[in-house]
Amino acid sequence: MTTHVVDPNRVPDAPLVPPGDSGGLHNVFRQRYLLRLLVRKELRARYQGSVLGLLWSYVRPAVRFCAYYFVIGYVFGLTRGMENFAVHVFAGMVMVHYFTETFSAGTRSIVQNRGLIQKLSLPREMFPVASMLVSAYHTFPQMLILLVGVLVAGWAPTPYDFAAGLLGFTIIAVFGMALALVFSAANVFFRDFSNIVQTFTIFVTWSVPMIYPYDRIAGLFGGTWAEQVYLANPIANSVILFQQLFWVPTVGPDAPYPAIQPDFLLARGAVILVVCLLWLALAQMLFTRLEAKFAERL
Amino acid sequence: MTRSIVVENASKRFTMQYTRTIKQMSIAAMRGQKLSDSFLAVNDVSFTVEQGESIGLMGLNGSGKSTLLKLISGVMRPDEGSVLTRGRIAGLIAAGAGFHPQLTGRENIFLNAAILGMNEAETKRKFDQIVDFASIGKFLETPVGHYSSGMSARLGFAVAAFAESDIFLADEALSVGDRPFKRKCLARMEEIKKEGRTLFYVSHAPGSVRKMCERALVLVDGRLGFDGPVADGIHFLKYDDTEGPDQDDDDLGADV
Repeated sequence: MTTHVVDPNRVPDAPLVPPGDSGGLHNVFRQRYLLRLLVRKELRARYQGSVLGLLWSYVRPAVRFCAYYFVIGYVFGLTRGMENFAVHVFAGMVMVHYFTETFSAGTRSIVQNRGLIQKLSLPREMFPVASMLVSAYHTFPQMLILLVGVLVAGWAPTPYDFAAGLLGFTIIAVFGMALALVFSAANVFFRDFSNIVQTFTIFVTWSVPMIYPYDRIAGLFGGTWAEQVYLANPIANSVILFQQLFWVPTVGPDAPYPAIQPDFLLARGAVILVVCLLWLALAQMLFTRLEAKFAERL
Repeated sequence: MTRSIVVENASKRFTMQYTRTIKQMSIAAMRGQKLSDSFLAVNDVSFTVEQGESIGLMGLNGSGKSTLLKLISGVMRPDEGSVLTRGRIAGLIAAGAGFHPQLTGRENIFLNAAILGMNEAETKRKFDQIVDFASIGKFLETPVGHYSSGMSARLGFAVAAFAESDIFLADEALSVGDRPFKRKCLARMEEIKKEGRTLFYVSHAPGSVRKMCERALVLVDGRLGFDGPVADGIHFLKYDDTEGPDQDDDDLGADV
């Protein structure tokens, strides 16, 4: 073999490492520039080729809101049993919509970006994270609309309410991220998973106090284990916490139907957040294991 | 001696799934047919590359060249053994860059460069060079999905060739380009080599391997069949007995 002369000036100042060793979620946030480009790309790609484009993010929740408001509110008569039913529904919907968008777009994200994943080495967690951020981006205008609504309804939140809302938002982001990571990886192996997600999102709508108030659950299962099971759901928790910020402060203390919320709101929320963070760590571990086979299975 | 790429007993197994749905699976199981089969695309391969060496990777179609390149670039992980590299890696894999078809040429340049580890300022500095090299001109603002295969290969090569890297991988980069572009690519790879980067070049064209590389690796059915001087490698592959009218193709690599 010919002897080769190494130019010492060209030797990179780096150790010998396994190539493409992404090292997980924290690496994603270290490469913020790449993440920003991917988010921008995803923002454009999500509604590619549609005339209404980004507006679809508002049309779909708006239509759903109207359906719930009129059918549940008037046909079933819930507006007569509680204060500011519209705020109650909309606040819940912002959270549920954020979750389902993160979950479903995140699940599809790896398969959708296979062109990049098969050819280039980058932290694959980038794609579900970008989906989550895009969904968050779409949530903020909805929150603005919600804000206008509650201001009209006479909104007087306390710092406690703000803490609850922030906690609720964090829980849903972490939980959605964990599920998106697991399902995006699983979807590479069996495309059935994107269908499972759709089925699951239907269930989400009914499993949270959005189109019905929490006091219905308290009235049915109050003090039993069933109530605890209901409250163990991170999505239900985050909706309840979010309503603490937006709906509860619009209901005055002397209203004919006072706002009923579960006990230990913040404490329970904090526990759920810790559990969700554990889920996220577990999801990351699973993702790393499945990721090794992405390039060949896509 | 500074090693740039160290591959030790690396193996990569692929699983072929014959059936996908539950119905197909149960029928196949009842008939006693195999549900899946696996084969080793890369089988117990070991070699070491010094910093600045230029390697020509050769072998017949399906001998595992692209898989080996994917292991080195980090797109795939070896099932057994290990692959270690030093520094940044750029290059083309399986005749084409990772482009997003919905994004324009300009957006893809920035995205691709970011994935290769370049920041915004670096990309802007190299941008004109890249566009000029790819000569895609007025198609810069057109989605890459509408590009011809030659155009997207040109753009892919241009981004990789001007990215900051310590290891440059080129897989059949020249197979889709036209003759002027092939000449340009070879010239650029010559420059990359002179800069002291490690060059890993996959080709069926003995002429360009002879010109570009100082060492040849030949894969035979996933195993490393030959490792040594280029002329002997070409002889090993029996690519040197085609003394015919297509001598010029021999130089430029009208392969695949």
